Formats: sequence, structure tokens, C-alpha cells
Amino acid sequence: MGVGINVEHLNAFYGKTQALFDVNIAVAANHATALIGPSGCGKSTFIRCLNRMHETIPEARVEGAVRIGDLGVYNGTSATQLRRRVGMVFQKPNPFPTMSIYDNVAAGLKLNGFRKRKQLDEIVHKSLHSSALWDEVKDHLHKKSGASLSGGQQQRLCIARALAVQPEVLLMDEPCSALDPISTGKIEELIFQLKEQYTIVIVTHNMQQAARVAEFTGFFLLGKMIEFDKTEKIFTNPSDKRTEDYVTGRFG
Amino acid sequence: MSNQALPRPRFNAPEPEHGPSERGSKVAPKVEPRTAPLLQGKVSEIPDAFFAAAMRLCGFAVVALLGLIVYQLVIGSHLSWHAFGWKFFGQSDWNPVEDQYGALPFIYGTIISSILALIIAVPLSLGVAVFITEMCPVTLRGILSFLTELLAAIPSVVYGLWAIFILVPVLRQYVQPFLATTLGWTTLFSGPPYGIGMLAAGVILAIMIIPIISSITREVLTVVPQHQREGVLALGATRWEMIRLGVLRNARAGIVGAIILGLGRALGETMAVTMVIGNRPEIAKSLFAPGYTMASVLANEFTEATGDLYLSALIEIGLALFLVTIVVNALARLMVWSVTRGQPARSLA
Amino acid sequence: MANANSNPAAAGVTPIGLRRRITDHVMTGLAVLTVILVLLPLIAIFGYLVYKGIGSINLAFLTQTPKPVGEAGGGMANAIVGSMLILAIASLLGVPLGIGAGIFLSEYGRNRYGDIVRFVSDVLNGVPSIVIGIVAYGLVVMRQKHFSALAGGVALAIMMVPTIARTTEQMLLLVPQAIREAAYGLGVSRWRTTLSITLRTATSGVITGVMLAFARVAGETAPLLFTAFGNQFWNLKPNQPTAALSLQIFTYAISPFDEWHRQAWAGALVLIILIVGAVAAVRIAVRHGTLAGA
Repeated sequence: MGVGINVEHLNAFYGKTQALFDVNIAVAANHATALIGPSGCGKSTFIRCLNRMHETIPEARVEGAVRIGDLGVYNGTSATQLRRRVGMVFQKPNPFPTMSIYDNVAAGLKLNGFRKRKQLDEIVHKSLHSSALWDEVKDHLHKKSGASLSGGQQQRLCIARALAVQPEVLLMDEPCSALDPISTGKIEELIFQLKEQYTIVIVTHNMQQAARVAEFTGFFLLGKMIEFDKTEKIFTNPSDKRTEDYVTGRFG
Repeated sequence: MSNQALPRPRFNAPEPEHGPSERGSKVAPKVEPRTAPLLQGKVSEIPDAFFAAAMRLCGFAVVALLGLIVYQLVIGSHLSWHAFGWKFFGQSDWNPVEDQYGALPFIYGTIISSILALIIAVPLSLGVAVFITEMCPVTLRGILSFLTELLAAIPSVVYGLWAIFILVPVLRQYVQPFLATTLGWTTLFSGPPYGIGMLAAGVILAIMIIPIISSITREVLTVVPQHQREGVLALGATRWEMIRLGVLRNARAGIVGAIILGLGRALGETMAVTMVIGNRPEIAKSLFAPGYTMASVLANEFTEATGDLYLSALIEIGLALFLVTIVVNALARLMVWSVTRGQPARSLA
Repeated sequence: MANANSNPAAAGVTPIGLRRRITDHVMTGLAVLTVILVLLPLIAIFGYLVYKGIGSINLAFLTQTPKPVGEAGGGMANAIVGSMLILAIASLLGVPLGIGAGIFLSEYGRNRYGDIVRFVSDVLNGVPSIVIGIVAYGLVVMRQKHFSALAGGVALAIMMVPTIARTTEQMLLLVPQAIREAAYGLGVSRWRTTLSITLRTATSGVITGVMLAFARVAGETAPLLFTAFGNQFWNLKPNQPTAALSLQIFTYAISPFDEWHRQAWAGALVLIILIVGAVAAVRIAVRHGTLAGA
């Protein structure tokens, strides 16, 4: 089952520029939480702080506390260890271009030294089923490269790849922004199914998408979390004027 | 980002085209139940730290290599430096029998052969580079660049072999008599036409540095922005005027850098020169006369150097050659970098 | 454009003058002439290599050691094998170090230290090969007290490192950051990501760089003169003087014997074929090794 995420006083920086200002949020386990806001508002930076991806950028740093379940993210746990519990799906599908479909899905386990062939087969099979890709690729698991699939298939492959490591949390950074409407629909459907077992945080620039898939929504503006509430409340009766302006399309 | 085009979302009435509820069960994914994580155990940070240290060590090793080269040369030439000091570079007496060493003839030979090479190679390289980037049809472009770069792949010793048996006879029979009758009065082209000598060295060096100069010039020319060309053309310029004013003028620093890189290569070139320059440590005015370069004296005498001072003198020549090429190359890099913005001149390899 | 005012073309709407048109044609003609003048030696060199070399390449040349002066026949088999031995040693030393330095530059060297290493390796690239020979002499020959294939290999390795480092760096930088992040996101450690993902993705480019460096040193002669030294006989021991194809070509070319001249041409042709062949073979192997669609 998924676990909750607790964020307290989070500040993030790129060199001297501050990108996030004192963000506090509690993400509920086994629900989908959407983060919306205009470009450059810090929502992507925020999600990248949850699995310490932010710090892979030179001179980027983070202050504050993040807890995922019982695990302190910035509390001496190694980033590598943490990321095995927190899967991530990126804006643009990024399968490993030199690997077959099978190896892409198995990558997280194989690269971490897991070698048991039978269990690998099983988990690849399960993950591809869970990401609704199995039927489309089952005939050329080993023959085709991950890069040979269509954009939507690639993104589902990336989801399968993330699921194969059996995370508790799934972070999705605008997973549909590079996809056509049909593929977007499939991914959204998937999110709907996945949140029964995983805690999902999804960044999106598409408010409809947030409304469709998420129970909770946070609104970011200029590096600050303006409002965080039930999705319904955010879209129908926001308490902050800026949120209302944004969701009704007055800016952004 | 603009959401203007989107309809206002209403959470209680989400009616998007692909709502999950409308999806047929055919495609609806069946999310498999999760099992216990297969990856157990704590991740150690040590391998990461170790790997980073190892890679940093490799990077540092490159710097260390340069240090090692300097160290070896300085230590090795110590004896000669103490014996002759600065005089070493001003004396033209090279006499192993009496342990008297002066590097002037070699310095002279290196400089003259390289300058000669530049005089021949620069106009040719620039012509080729301009032709390939500005004049020639696109289909020919790839072939021509490939062919000129092929010249760079030929080993020095093969150039030397070709020069001994083909170039030198041609120079002796046709070029040198012609130069003697037409330009003999300059005294640069006088004396018996051996074929072998400074002129042959200059010509073979020129052929060898053409690919370097022309490929880097080409790189530099291609980064001149298109609007510079169009600006001049729009004023009604002919193609040549466009090249001269719009392209060459803007790429000046880079082209000078390319030429200096060619010079750096010519200064240190060993085998081909050794095979055709005649290897006589004399300073002669005529380009027909044999000469000697710093690199060739190393090639010829290093293994025969029996005395400690002899060996040390040779190493000191190596040190001098090293320092000159370092300065020349560093200068050229900076000039090429100033145009291509830090991208290395790859064609150098 | 600062010089637009002095440009005769800016003078007005008058049709382009005769003189300017003639200059244009003359310059185009001159450019074509330079191309011909540059291609001429290229054709002449390859032409003579094939013409003079092909007749002398036979089984004996490829399988026998040199015969004493005056005797016909003999070959360069020991030199061909010697070259391979020296190049193998050079690759063994130079390739890992060069790739390591390249990984440092692209993955850990996006800073001032990296800039220093970048600059130094570009400078190293310009050090004359004969000077590298002196250094290898001091490092290996002086200590061992005799010439050796190892010393030759060290010299060539030093020459390979900067080229490999810089091309590896460039190839790794071409791998999108997103690919690295994908691996990090799966909980793959940084070293594992670098080796199994980044380097793996850039393999064909890195190998091309290695082959470039290999081709560059394969024909080197100057740094072998007082390191590998040469040998008239078979030698497969890394710590003994060893023949090399390029050294043999040099010795034969400056000798006064026609038979040796003939063999020098044959050797040169073999050398060129080996260089071009090695590069081509790896290119083909790399192309066939990658997955469809990648």
C-alpha cells in the first residue's frame, strides 16, 4: 500500500535563486494529488524535491523536512535508497534507448544487482500488465528497443519500469504533456487504477486533467504553495483570490 | 503556458473525451497487486564515492601527464642547461666529439621549414575551406571534406616515403631548375639542386598541415551567422565580396588560430621532415641546401647519444620544442575558442 | 557590419561593374585551383602506394622476417605483429585512462577543475610525438636499462589519452540528461547509471573516438624510435625491443637498397590498410551491435 508524504518548511534553490518558499503539505496515502500552476511556478521543482532529483542539478540545494511514510527524505537516507521507494515518471518519455522493452522494465532491478531470472520475468510481466502495455508488446519483448515504441507506449513503458521496482509512491511530472489525446486518456485511466495501491503525486498544466484524476489539488504560484485542498474545493470554491483567478483562466 | 483555450473545469461535472469511466473494460488496465519489494538491504554510498574518486583521478592523471612530461624534460636537460645556459640556443656549433652543443642550426631549420610550409599551405587551405563552405554544391561538400581529411590520416612516415621517392625527384628535375632560373637572383634558390633539403621539407610539411588548417577554418567559417552573409549580399555584393566582407572578416580570429595550429603541428613534425631535409646542422641561406630541425636531430641522434652531456643537450632541444609548441597551441586554442565558443577543434585528431 | 560603408557594393543601384564581376570569377577560379592542388598530392600518394606496394605484398612478406641485406625475399611479419603488440599495450593503458578522464569531464567536471583538465588535454594533443618519445624513454627505458615494446606502448598511450578523453566527453554530453534521471529515478546509483546507462548509450560514439585515437597512433614512428627501437627478429615479449611496421618502413626507406625500398612501399600499403581496416571494422561492428529502432 502507498504511504503518505509530509512536507514541512521546504525551500529549494538553484544557486542563489530561490525556487520554492516555505512549502508545507500533507499528501494522503493511496490517493492522487495534483499540483497545478503556471509555468515556472515551482511545481516541477517541488515534485523533484520529493525524491531528491532536484539535487542532481549542479548547485541546486534544498532546505526543510520531507517524510515519506516513516522515511525521512533529507534525514541521512541515501537518495538511491529513497528512490527505490519513490518511483518517477517524467515529462518526456525517456526509455533507455539501447535496451529492449524487457530490459527497460527490468532495468531498475537488474542495475541494482537483482539477477533471479524467473522472478524478473514475472515482475516484467506484471508491470507491463499493470501499465496496460502487455498486449501491445508481448510479441517482441526482447527484439524491439524501447525507443521504437510510440510516444504513448513509451510513457506507459516508463510507468511499467517505475512499477517494477515496487515503489510506494509514484511521482509524475507532467506525464502527458508530450502525448496525444488518446494516449493521454490511457495514462489517465491508468492513474485512476494505480492509485488504489500507490500514492500518486502528479504535476500537470492541464486543469481538466487535475480535475479528472486527483482527489486533492495544490496550487503553486511564484514558488509558493498558495492553496491546497480537495480538488472539488479548489476548482469550485477556492479560498484564495489568486487560485480563483488561475482556475477561472484570468491569468496563466 | 496558456489555458485560455480550455473550457472552465468543473470538478463535479467532468465530461472529458476520455474519462476513465467511459473506457471499455477491454483496455482498462488490471493493476496487479503489489508484492514485497525484491530489492532488500541498505544501499551503500561507498561505491559511488569510490567511483567518483576514480574518475577524478583519471581527470587529474591528464594534468599529471603534462607535469610528468615537464618533469622528465627539465630533469633530463639539467646537465646541458648548466653547461651552456642561454648560450645553448645562440651557438651554431654542434660537435658531439668535442662535447660542444649549440642548438641554433636546429632552431633555424625548424623555423624556416615551418614558415615555408605555412607560406605554401595557408593560401591552399583557405582556398579549399572557402570553396567547400561557400562555393561548392552541397553534393560535393561531403566528398571534398572527406578527401582533405583523408590527408590527415596518412602516417608521417608514409609521407616521408612518398617524398623521398616521388616528391624529391620531381623537385630536383623540374621545380628547382625552374626556381633557380627565375628567382635565382634572390639567392634563396641557388646552389646545386639536390632535391633533398629545406625546400623539400617545407613542401611535404605544407601537404601535411593543409588538412588541419583547412578543416578548422571550415569549422570557423560555418559558425559565421548566415545573416552576416545576407547582409552583405543585400547590398548588392558579388559572391566574392560577400565571402571577403561577410565571412572572412568575421572569422578572422578563428582563421589565424587555425593557421597557428597548423604551425604548431609543423614545428613538431618529425619523420617526414627527417627523411627529406638532408640532416646537416648548418645554417644556409639557400632553400636548396640541406638543413636540420629540432625534431629530426632528436630522431636521428637520440639513440646514438652516448655521452651524458650529449643526451642532455638533445633532451634540452626536446624541452625547447615542447615549450614552443605548448605556447603556440595554447594561443591557437584560445583564438579558435573565441570564435567557436569553447567547442574543441575536433578535426585535430 | 562595420565595414558596410566602405563596401563598393553599397555604392548604389548601378549594375555590378565589369571589374568586380571579373574579380568574382577570378577568385572562384583560384578557389577551384587550390582544391585541385590539394587533391593532387592525395591522389599521388594513394596512387603510388597502391602502384608500388601491391606488387610486393605476397605471402612471404606477410609471414617472414626480414632477410639480411643482399638476399631477396623476406618480409615484415615480425613488424606487423610487433606493431599490434605495441598498440595492444598502448590501448590497454590509454583507453581506460582516456575514457575515465572523459567520464570525469562530462559527469564530474562541469566546473573550474574540469576546465583545467579540458585545457590541458587540448594542449597535450599538440605536444610533438617525438617529445612524448623522450618522456617514455625517461620513464621506462632508463629504468629498465633497455628498449622495449612496453616503452613504445607507454609513449603511444600518452598520445591516445587526450583524444579519447575529449571525444568521450563530447559523446557522453550528447546523452540527454533525461536518460540519466530515468535511472536515478529507479534508485540506480550514480556510478551504475554512468557506466550502465550513460556510457552504454554513448558506446558507439565513444568507440569511434577510441578508433580515432588508435588510427592516429597506429602509424606513429617518432615516439617508437627510442622506445620500441625495432628488431630484425620475432619478439612477443613486452619487455624486449620490438619491431614495428612504421619503424621498419622508415629504416627501409632511408636505406640504399632497392629491395628494401620495394618492401617499404609494401609495408606502407599494409599499414594504411590496417589503419583504415581497423576503423571500418569497428564502425560496422558498432552499427550491427545496436538494437533495431535505437
